[in-house]
Amino acid sequence: MAILIDEKTRILIQGFTGQMGSFHAQEMIDYGSNVVGGVTPGKGGETHLGKPVFNSVKEAVYETGAEASIVFVPPAFAADSIMEAAEAGLRYCVSITDGIPAQDMLRVKRYMRRFKKEQRMCLAGPNCAGTISPGKAMLGIMPGHIYMEGRIGIIGRSGTLGYEAASQLKSVGIGVSTSVGIGGDTINGSSFKDHLIRFEEDPETDAVIMIGEIGGPQEVEAAEYFKANMSKPVVAYIAGLTAPKGRRMGHAGAIVSSAGESAAEKVAILTQCGIGIVPSPAEFGETMKKVLGIKF
Amino acid sequence: MEVHEYQAKQLLKEFGVSIPAGGLAYSPEQAVYRATEIGGEKWVVKAQIHSGARGKAGGIKFCGNTQEVWDAAEFLLGRKLVTHQTGAGGKIVYRLYIEPATDIKSELYFGLVLDRSHECIVAVGSSQGGMDIEQVSDKNPESLIRINVEPAFGMQAFQARQLAFQLGLKGAQVQQAVNVFLSAYRAFRDLDATMLEINPLAITHADTVVALDAKMSFDDNALFRRSNISEYRDKSQEDPREMEAADRGLSYVGLDGNIGCIINGAGLAMATMDIIKMKGGAPANFLDIGGGASPERVAKAFRLVLSDKKVDVILVNIFAGINRCDWVAEGVVQAVRKLKPEVPVVVRLSGTNAALGRAIINHSDLGILSADTLDQAAEVAVNSIKK
Repeated sequence: MAILIDEKTRILIQGFTGQMGSFHAQEMIDYGSNVVGGVTPGKGGETHLGKPVFNSVKEAVYETGAEASIVFVPPAFAADSIMEAAEAGLRYCVSITDGIPAQDMLRVKRYMRRFKKEQRMCLAGPNCAGTISPGKAMLGIMPGHIYMEGRIGIIGRSGTLGYEAASQLKSVGIGVSTSVGIGGDTINGSSFKDHLIRFEEDPETDAVIMIGEIGGPQEVEAAEYFKANMSKPVVAYIAGLTAPKGRRMGHAGAIVSSAGESAAEKVAILTQCGIGIVPSPAEFGETMKKVLGIKF
Repeated sequence: MEVHEYQAKQLLKEFGVSIPAGGLAYSPEQAVYRATEIGGEKWVVKAQIHSGARGKAGGIKFCGNTQEVWDAAEFLLGRKLVTHQTGAGGKIVYRLYIEPATDIKSELYFGLVLDRSHECIVAVGSSQGGMDIEQVSDKNPESLIRINVEPAFGMQAFQARQLAFQLGLKGAQVQQAVNVFLSAYRAFRDLDATMLEINPLAITHADTVVALDAKMSFDDNALFRRSNISEYRDKSQEDPREMEAADRGLSYVGLDGNIGCIINGAGLAMATMDIIKMKGGAPANFLDIGGGASPERVAKAFRLVLSDKKVDVILVNIFAGINRCDWVAEGVVQAVRKLKPEVPVVVRLSGTNAALGRAIINHSDLGILSADTLDQAAEVAVNSIKK
């Protein structure tokens, strides 16, 4: 079943006709994702990559029954596009865009809270590689071939470190149910906890890998949820053990600015909550093998 | 992006925060001229560097006559100040800010931060002004007052009043403090700040409320729409390597070790630094060349890492997602051929067309060391130094 997306999910591309949007839309179509059209304001009525282009998300949803979208809109306009997606009633939105101002994201998050919880769109990212349910659908910019179909969930902030984990899993014969990128920004759409809840409920996921990093409260929040509510095993890696305090490490959100945000502190709290720690970034595959071996 | 105290004060003044009169000086002559212009009998000469805790580092001088102003300026200009925020390297003073000495009755703390757990701007107040707020929150957390600001509506007057009353302000002080809080909030919101500190916010014997010090940081992602803030950038306060990297579109942080790192993706870059440490080595830098990793970017990255004389080996770790390893390998080979580094180069390529990429590296005859896994790459890099 996977979570969030599968082969039936009707997908829209926001920023469809731009260079980034076109390239990755084609990759997604080639992977087998059910792309039903795209949105580029002012180009409504045209056909692009064999799919219809619409002026607004609302119109696109009305015409195609789209449920999910992916945003390739430049940073200055991305917040607006995400709010448009939320308003149009999409169920899931992935924002690839890197560089959205943090206060724009505060407004986006506030805007999304206008909707009742059961009608509220789930946002992943911004500044992420997207979501993939291997063998079913890809809503992102990742190389699809490194993910093997299987029963492990992945949630990660980083794109390439997530690829590293997925390809290590593949090399030891372990597949992935769904991999979700939540992005490296200070204010992001959904958290580790939001997706742990989904994986816990998914009958086709047996265990989860969390790939966290320095900065922010979300790894610890997820650990507390795990301890209180989860039956499936979770293992985690926290990047940035060697990162100096107060310095921003590439991602806007990767900065240790208050207590509990360093990698060492997060590892200690996660361990306390019963989450297995991947001892080195070269051991995602081996660690998961051990966890599954113990369980089955 | 960080700005100087005098710049933050200028911005806050435009939004209606009351600040003391003051003037900028680049020389002792100018400092004395500013003091005379401001008038009065006592002044403060303040070193302008991108750091807090300047007082403890000797960067704030109280002066009772213009000769003392001259001496303080002469002493401070060109001097390197080291605080816990600047790191051991310190920062050099090129600008001074001259203010009249304020007659202080009490000192408060006021700050605004972008709070990641509540996903809103939070106003923070403390009656323990003048101290490092981290110390206050460690030793005396109950003295911190925190007010969450609803993003859709902004800070309300009642919230500002609540903060003023909780800080123990009375009479005419209350309305003045409320004005400071609301004005500072508007500045924070309208200028895309990520941090603002007024520490101390002083109450004078005449019951006026003034911002004696001010510190602001701004969201780099929002600078495209804040050209007035971008103009305040002072390159003399930034690490020259990091500045050069930023100008070339690379994300770089200088560190103390000797293994130069060239990696795509922030998470993978941090993880590679971690595994280097686990293998007994020390990274010389964090460097994320971005998802694309085109040959041009690889070459730029080599130049940047080689400009650090501490570097004894270069470790390239690329996970090709949307690009291809053979393409990255060509980039590495070109860069090594052109720049002829005197230190060993270890390359690990993974992802799309990895085998092709490795073949290019192995057949280049440039002595580039190739590794298949992350583990191996770190090991080879660390061992190549020991030999």
